[in-house]
Amino acid sequence: MSSGNAIDKSIRSGFGRETLTRRKLTDLLFASAGLFVMLLALSALLSLLGQLAFDGADRLSWQFLTSYPSRFAAQAGILTAWLGTVVVMLLTALIAVPLGLATAIYLEEYASRNWFTDVIEINIANLAGVPSIVYGLMALGLLVYEFHLGQSFLTAGLTLGMLILPMVIIATREAIRAVPPQIREAAYALGATKWQTVKDHVMPYSMGGILTGLILALSRAVGETAPLITVGALSFIAFLPHAPWQADLPYISLQWIFDPFTVMPIQMFNWISRPQEDFHANAAAAGIVLLLMTLTMNAFAIAIRARFRKRIRW
Amino acid sequence: MDADVAKSHVFKRTREFQVPPILVPRLKEKGIELLLMLAALASIAVTVGIVGVLSYESFMFFRHVPLLDFLTDGQWTPLFSEPHYGILSLVSGTLVTTTVALLVAIPAGSMVAIYLSEYAPRSVRETVKPVLELLSAVPTVVYGYFALLFVTPALQKIWPELPGFNMLSAGLVIGIMIVPYVSSVSEDAMRAVPLYLREGAYALGATRMQTALRVVFPSALSGIAAAYVLGVSRAIGETMVVAIAAGMQPTLTWNPLEPAATMTAYIVQVSLGDLPHGSIGYQTIFATGLTLLLMTLVFNIAGHVLRKRYRQVY
Repeated sequence: MSSGNAIDKSIRSGFGRETLTRRKLTDLLFASAGLFVMLLALSALLSLLGQLAFDGADRLSWQFLTSYPSRFAAQAGILTAWLGTVVVMLLTALIAVPLGLATAIYLEEYASRNWFTDVIEINIANLAGVPSIVYGLMALGLLVYEFHLGQSFLTAGLTLGMLILPMVIIATREAIRAVPPQIREAAYALGATKWQTVKDHVMPYSMGGILTGLILALSRAVGETAPLITVGALSFIAFLPHAPWQADLPYISLQWIFDPFTVMPIQMFNWISRPQEDFHANAAAAGIVLLLMTLTMNAFAIAIRARFRKRIRW
Repeated sequence: MDADVAKSHVFKRTREFQVPPILVPRLKEKGIELLLMLAALASIAVTVGIVGVLSYESFMFFRHVPLLDFLTDGQWTPLFSEPHYGILSLVSGTLVTTTVALLVAIPAGSMVAIYLSEYAPRSVRETVKPVLELLSAVPTVVYGYFALLFVTPALQKIWPELPGFNMLSAGLVIGIMIVPYVSSVSEDAMRAVPLYLREGAYALGATRMQTALRVVFPSALSGIAAAYVLGVSRAIGETMVVAIAAGMQPTLTWNPLEPAATMTAYIVQVSLGDLPHGSIGYQTIFATGLTLLLMTLVFNIAGHVLRKRYRQVY
């Protein structure tokens, strides 16, 4: 018999339809498995966050936010920790923002394609992959012992500033690259210099992307623990840093940047490491505050991105 | 700047100015370019700092400890009266936690990526992606809290003899932690596969699963491999989760149910103490850091090579 007949027969017996049904069924099963894994991963992550909220909610109070650390779990608070985080972030931004923006502008607008530019670019890509604790080791060897900056706010800010520098550069470059070349050409055609073009046109148009990248980078710095442990963060600081002002000339005091520091994640790590359960509740409460800090920053970044996307249409 | 240009034009017209006025803005432009270039050099300085500090302190370390002992000795007891410096006991801890993490992150991350890229309706994808982004912003010290106080007690209900510190729960949590990272990079790679490849497969009668697994996945393989490799590098450099949940005792073991210190956890442990600057114990953390840096560097370079390749395919 000819093979044509065999195919004919198998079609009439419903063989083809059966495999099609089976294939559709495996497809459906695969899709459900994918959905299941995704929901599982999401719910695992969300339930962990729920657990944290459950463990720490009782300890969250005004007293917790305004108290110094203490040997007694019930009296301990995170005043020095959150204040430390705010101050360290300020210094981090002061270091990473100008350097990061300048580097990105140089690479995108000024640098010519040569080996020097290649070296800088490869170097930035590699720095972004260096584990954060390695930055801590560098800061310990260089800033603390070589430059004698001590285990201070300044050292912490410099360390985290260097850590997020590659992130700031990469985000800023992407934002600058999104500005169409016609904008620059129009500016040049009107007689603007290069710097005028960058300052008055490229920067304002890419500001949304830049801000988003900056906030995301800073929100990563807020949660960084390891490099600050390495440079010697203290976990028990029962006093505030020096005030940034003073009674006599020149009225502004920089004494505070040399004060010993602690930050939120360090305080949380310290409480987790203790055996007493009461301190674990404190750790959870500190974790909630820390999470609120980073998630708020992320939400801001997403909102800014959405806003600028809506406003600028090329 | 604007004012300067305007002024120079005035000078030109009245011919009162001796120096060719066009030079003033040009000099300013050159100065700005020079400043920007100097800022770009800062990132090079960071790399020089990292490599310099790690190499110098490691060099001092290897003057006391032969390289062969460092690589082959089975014990790591630098602070004991009879010190051993075998990095293998720390490397084994790192490799075990990384392996456990990858066993979670690679299957789960790939499934999530396939689902999001090939199956999920647009609305689901647009909701899940930002949520995954948010989750990858959770500070690692918070994940450490989960590993020690949530995952380990849960596992102890299954294995009552599981010690309070173990590499299994640390590895599991790192795995969950890097799922968003792996899935987001793989999803980007799969979305970059051109639509006509999918349409070709559909035209031949393939189901969505067959298209996803036999056409899209292989086409995006180098990008997906890059996601895996970058995930490995993150798992190796992860510090706080292992420092909190895996224990701090350096042990040469391949059993994930046991406690052991990783390279990063050892650095944290030493930094928490107060070792005198310049002592051999102080130098050990730099030798460990150098080993860690070299390991992540290999994976990062592999990741970048793979990612570059997939970008050039189409």
